[in-house]
Amino acid sequence: MILDARGVSMDFGGLRAVDRVDITINEGEIVALIGPNGAGKTTFFNCVTGMYVPTEGTVTIQPPSGSVQDITGLKPNRIAERGLARTFQNIRLFPNMTVLENVMIGRDCRLRSGVFGAIFRDPRTRAEEEQVIHDSYTILRKIGIDRYVNDLAKNLPYGAQRRLEIARALATEPFLLLLDEPAAGMNPQETRSLDELILRLRSEEGLTVFLIEHDMSLVMRLSERIYVMDYGKLIAHGAPQEIKNDPVVIKAYLGEDVSA
Amino acid sequence: MDTLREIRRSALLAAWFMVLTFPIMVIRVNTITNTIEWRWERLILISVGSFVGSLVWNYFQRRKRAQGGPRPQTADLPADLPADLPAELPATDIGSAPLTPPVEQRTWVDRGLARVGMSRATFRKPAVAVPLIVAALGVAIAYPLVTSLYQTNIMVSALIYVMLALGLNIVIGLGGMLHLGYAAFYAVGAYTYALLNHYFDVGFWVALPIGAAVSMLFGILLAIPVLRLRGDYLAIVTLGFAEIVRIVLTNWSSLTLGPSGIRSINRPTFFGLSLSLSQSINLTYFIALGLVIITIFVVYRLENSRIGRQLVAMGEDDIAARAMGVDTVRAKLTAFALGAVWAGLAGVLFASRTTFINPESFRVWESVLILSMVVLGGMGSIPGVILGALLLILLPEYLRPLSQYRLLVFGALLVIMMVFKPAGLIPKRRRLYRLQPEEIPVPDAGGDS
Ligand SMILES: Nc1ncnc2c1ncn2[C@@H]1O[C@H](COP(=O)(O)OP(=O)(O)OP(=O)(O)O)[C@@H](O)[C@H]1O
Ligand SMILES: [Mg+2]
Repeated sequence: MILDARGVSMDFGGLRAVDRVDITINEGEIVALIGPNGAGKTTFFNCVTGMYVPTEGTVTIQPPSGSVQDITGLKPNRIAERGLARTFQNIRLFPNMTVLENVMIGRDCRLRSGVFGAIFRDPRTRAEEEQVIHDSYTILRKIGIDRYVNDLAKNLPYGAQRRLEIARALATEPFLLLLDEPAAGMNPQETRSLDELILRLRSEEGLTVFLIEHDMSLVMRLSERIYVMDYGKLIAHGAPQEIKNDPVVIKAYLGEDVSA
Repeated sequence: MDTLREIRRSALLAAWFMVLTFPIMVIRVNTITNTIEWRWERLILISVGSFVGSLVWNYFQRRKRAQGGPRPQTADLPADLPADLPAELPATDIGSAPLTPPVEQRTWVDRGLARVGMSRATFRKPAVAVPLIVAALGVAIAYPLVTSLYQTNIMVSALIYVMLALGLNIVIGLGGMLHLGYAAFYAVGAYTYALLNHYFDVGFWVALPIGAAVSMLFGILLAIPVLRLRGDYLAIVTLGFAEIVRIVLTNWSSLTLGPSGIRSINRPTFFGLSLSLSQSINLTYFIALGLVIITIFVVYRLENSRIGRQLVAMGEDDIAARAMGVDTVRAKLTAFALGAVWAGLAGVLFASRTTFINPESFRVWESVLILSMVVLGGMGSIPGVILGALLLILLPEYLRPLSQYRLLVFGALLVIMMVFKPAGLIPKRRRLYRLQPEEIPVPDAGGDS
């Protein structure tokens, strides 16, 4: 189990956006989190990645070659350092930085040089900078957006921006990748190549993927297990086939009783 | 058709202006004779003036729109590119092809240079850069020797502001944090030297690093409470901080001698030689020049480093930067501390130059002026900020013949600048990385999808 969230709740004033959610993820899995709009999926991601401190509950991780660590309430950058990387539902790139620089920021938490290195450019700092450029470019090639290397992020086509978010997340060297609606706004062709990319990341990089997605066909194709949320609560959990035919899930999505 | 509409619009505007200004510009009540004077000739002046002004304004607006229309995609380059450039940069050619700035990053500077067959890269070639730098240095060194003491003095003050603007640029231009209290650190530096000199007779050279250090300490002290603030809130808190510093300096009379200030601060010394006033001013000029050169060097290096990248990312999207593992707390502290260091150095120099300081030298206006230099020149752009600082200090000096209209002209120039060049005089352009062919990894299985 590389991620174990237990009884995670998140309150905004009187609103309980996430209500005692238990989710576990095993190494090498692709797991999906689905649910109607406003179910609390993004909020749950935010609790796991440190953007919010959960009102209740704990989040623990166990990196593939490490010990169990409690990450509840840690700062987002500390959590990224420990190997959890995410993308955002509403793309959050650094719009006026180049594509390469965006990825270089992802590498940042693996770098050591400081202000004095910056001013005096000692050999170690120089080597580190060269390495960052090289590594970042390698990642761009892997994700297939290397032709944009020196363009500003804001000028990229939409699909490429989504990919750049993934590239930036990969640059942090995660073991668990959390994707918040990676296919949102993509055309069918782009979605298919995203499928391929996610599968490749798992097979080649040994990544575990946890994704939120509204595109059901993508979810059904990729994921081994699915969690379903509605009104902040987990309402179902299982293999894609089970979820597809689960009356509770159908009811949540259609908003009516189908058993009648 | 367009021109006709513009003329009509300008005529309407002129009429509107005539109505608006009629009561104050045309009618005058002579209180001695109790009669009303009608100054019709003024009405004509206003109508002609506003009509022509509006036409000129419209013309420039139209030109700007024509230039700033929707930018073409990267693939089809605009017509004004030099012909020898490849139409598209194939990914694998990055190492060999001279990298052209992506289209959207081309500013008026690039367009202008392209017209005379050059680009920014031209200035990076040693064959061009070295003579240019040597020439600039030559001019800078010869300056006090060929001009009057008065001119040198003005230039010293301009150089101090260049330092200040470059320092503030670290916080605002790179980190995107709206810092309105920069003059406080300038004051801390100046008072550090003034007090050390007044009470302990400490000399300029010893005080210089101390002033920088004390100012840096204050920078960190301010940064800690404002770490969570952004935008307007940050601006208000920093503004308040600056006022607190000024008020403390004004009221703590037992230490700072209050509003009457500290007098006869020592000028910089030169290996114990006794200097005449003019020699001393020249020395100050060279110290200022040296410090400016160091500042440019350091800021340039910072900008193109890990910390510079962190700051820019943080300014662009704080939350995303944090989520990607950037330690934004540390980056913010560093930015504030570094910014304060330059203000401290400038402060020490300022105190030693004027030999008299009081809290009035460090009003909010001072922070605003430095901020204007950064914004006018081009946030984040080193040459831009330098140009902005020089312009804002030298222009008012040379506009002195216009005396009473000086600030008016100055303000109008600023407004016009910001309308037509909102990104500043020399806008910042992101750095492009040259990738050597051997750096490009051999595409492995599935390397390119
Ligand atoms: N920062 C916040 N402050 C207050 N309420 C919030 C905040 N963030 C989310 N919410 C509320 O929490 C609930 C869950 O929102 P969340 O964004 O997690 O939903 P979601 O499942 O991601 O929906 P979608 O599929 O539309 O992205 C919503 O009612 C939302 O309005
Ligand atoms: Mg969401």
